[in-house]
Amino acid sequence: MINRTQPPAIIDAVDFNLSLKPYEHFTLDNGVPVYMINAGAQDVIQIEWVFFAGNCYEQKSSVAAATNFLLKNGTSNRTAFQINEDFEYYGAYSNRSCYNETAVVTLHTLTKYLDKLLPVVNDMVSNSIFPEQEMDIFRQNSKQRLKVNLQKCEFVAGRMIDAFIYGEEHPYGKYTNVDDLDELTSDDLKAFYKKYYQEGQCAIFISGKLPADIQQLLNTHFGKLSITKPSFSTKKTNVFPSPQKKFRIENDVNSVQGAIRIGSAFPNRHHADFKKAVVLNNIFGGFFGSRLMSNIREEKGYTYGIHSYFQNHIQQSAWIISTEAGKDVCEATITEVYKEMQLLRKKLVDEEELLLVKNFMIGSILGDLDGPFQIMAKWKNIILNDLDGKYFYESVDAIKTVTAEELQALAQKYLQPENFYELVVY
Amino acid sequence: MIRFEKFTLDNGLRVLVHEDKSTPMAVVNVMYDVGARDEEPSKTGFAHLFEHLMFGGSINIPSYDEPLQTAGGENNAYTTNDLTNYYCQLPAENIETAFWLESDRMLSLAFSKKSLEVQRKVVSEEFKEHYINKPYGDVWHKLREVVYTTHPYRWMTIGKELKHIEDATLDDVKAFFHKHYTPSNAILVVAGNVDMPQVKALAEKWFGPIAAGKKYQRNIPQEPPQTEPRFLEVKANVPLDALYKCWHIYPRTDDRYYTADLLSDILSGGGSSRLYQSLVKEQKLFSNIECHHTGSIDAGLMVIEGKLVKGVDLKAADDAVLKELKAIREEGISAPELEKVKNKTESAMAFEDMSVMNRAQSIANYELLGDADLINSELAKYRAVTADEILKQSRIIFDENNCTTMYYRSEN
Repeated sequence: MINRTQPPAIIDAVDFNLSLKPYEHFTLDNGVPVYMINAGAQDVIQIEWVFFAGNCYEQKSSVAAATNFLLKNGTSNRTAFQINEDFEYYGAYSNRSCYNETAVVTLHTLTKYLDKLLPVVNDMVSNSIFPEQEMDIFRQNSKQRLKVNLQKCEFVAGRMIDAFIYGEEHPYGKYTNVDDLDELTSDDLKAFYKKYYQEGQCAIFISGKLPADIQQLLNTHFGKLSITKPSFSTKKTNVFPSPQKKFRIENDVNSVQGAIRIGSAFPNRHHADFKKAVVLNNIFGGFFGSRLMSNIREEKGYTYGIHSYFQNHIQQSAWIISTEAGKDVCEATITEVYKEMQLLRKKLVDEEELLLVKNFMIGSILGDLDGPFQIMAKWKNIILNDLDGKYFYESVDAIKTVTAEELQALAQKYLQPENFYELVVY
Repeated sequence: MIRFEKFTLDNGLRVLVHEDKSTPMAVVNVMYDVGARDEEPSKTGFAHLFEHLMFGGSINIPSYDEPLQTAGGENNAYTTNDLTNYYCQLPAENIETAFWLESDRMLSLAFSKKSLEVQRKVVSEEFKEHYINKPYGDVWHKLREVVYTTHPYRWMTIGKELKHIEDATLDDVKAFFHKHYTPSNAILVVAGNVDMPQVKALAEKWFGPIAAGKKYQRNIPQEPPQTEPRFLEVKANVPLDALYKCWHIYPRTDDRYYTADLLSDILSGGGSSRLYQSLVKEQKLFSNIECHHTGSIDAGLMVIEGKLVKGVDLKAADDAVLKELKAIREEGISAPELEKVKNKTESAMAFEDMSVMNRAQSIANYELLGDADLINSELAKYRAVTADEILKQSRIIFDENNCTTMYYRSEN
């Protein structure tokens, strides 16, 4: 009979050597950098064209997001339908997404069709015309989508907590109102497009199983455009945080849950505390076995899930605790969150828990490096945040070496309730 | 081509092994052949509640999560109307930890009263978060009850009502475990940086001693053919009117399933698809519209759902959808249109297969359908679908007597 009460021997994940496959790098004729990871078993490719065209560059609300979205809705050569048809015929997916600093065009395709699709992306980023009719449909459908979202407590809470922390004028704090959409004009988008796409700054990230002539292909389709290499000199915007810290908002009289957000400003990835604070965050609310999850879900059953995380921003970050809890237990949930903060300030994390979290985090990074897209995602994060090439290894090292005393000091520095905004949207 | 090997333990547990030496990780996936369709109508939501209880401690191990996390592993689980799947990924060196944990909870749970009490609350909050506290959150509760008269797909995985979950007792939990969580009702897939002799030895060591238990014989009432149109109308506090239409299609293993799957892509597989182009872009009747199908093991549903542009009449929008369906039923589709959706399918499969976790789950899924080898013949089945079959199936599926329509009206 085997003894099932005895766990099998394990190798501590903290003893593993992790390595991040280095990228290859070249520049197009116009100076635009291309970062490449050539790996993987499937004949697939992902390319991301990262433009510095996020909402921090817009003068008028929602122009950046609208411009990015409508890149697929008509060029001087193709209608919106033709653009979609050109991608979809080859089973390819082209998405776009707009963030605060950057706005991205993404292509996923089987490697064998790459040469058919690059001309279509070229057309989108150099010849878009933002037709009035497409603008009308966009405005109308965006307004409708926004109205549905505004009925969701979690959507409203997510917008409000950012506005409290950064201020409604800050790119990280501002949000779209229905009226903003009405005021968007085709001319706004054309001007933004010219400055930040046609003559904008761009970096290209490509991963997967790459064809031998990839450099030539990219140069042919993107090396002659008027785009330039990124300067990485995003101007820092001042924050105007809300003077009031605690909010209770009624959004839906029939709601059975409240969306809770508790958040505080936090430095960006360049700060000396960041890498070790990531470990503290894991213990606090960063994974299924965290203190918040164990106490508030697994012990008390107040919620389906509770998480804490650092926002992924370039200039500065915020530390957010987020959950949806039963309406009658929202206040009790908030009390428990502060209790967990206090515990981390007052008492050292014991050896066993610390080793568990370290092993979990290292195992999780190891699992995350599964495949070329994931490897590139790590590099992209390092490059776009303008971090050192050693950042990955320093982060791993911070996880392996951080002590309970250091974590307590970080908790005492950052997990102070008076620094946190507190919001419930019912 | 995805390679794997298979063996069966004496107690009936099927084990499939997929080696991939390019990853440092191992995946251990245990799929149980039990889902919401196996529940009693008076005790719905139980398969999913039970999934939560599988993390509340087993007979010899007080906590599942902590030892796995200490070994550098991550895990999760999900329940559908058809099955319950538990998966974990950990550094390959520590794979035995996963065998130890998974085999102990297949051997027996701890049946902790505290765990049941807490998870009843957690699942109630999950129910509220996803199905009550969301605009349109109750659509599928209402629709399923009308579309299915007989089959247990009448209720959603989360359960028919909160009360069923609140009333669950420890005796219910024990009975469910002994009925469904037996080795012969499970499929173990081990993938990643592993090899066959090692997996065989570990499977024999940890799962071999578990008693076979009594084999569960599924006996689910099948849905009779629908013979006339069905209609329901709901009014709710939502910003926009919405239209939902469903048609019965085929079981997952039926050859006509592939035709139905491609048909749904032709109607709404992207910005160049028929419904989007005509109804959103040209006629501006909907702000979004989708066609998808439920993909269930027993006969599932083809669904068209969309939110209307404010001011558009639901009947007019419904008629416009029917007109699109009429066009496909009368004129069929073009060769490039068919080629497009086949290319899309090929591409989606290649992207899905990138992660070893997805491959492990696919192998388990196909084994549950009856034969893991299906994983390597799927694409050929899609490629073999003809435009004539699409035409024929569009006529059969989109028959008005096979249709259920729901008008979801905004009170505002």
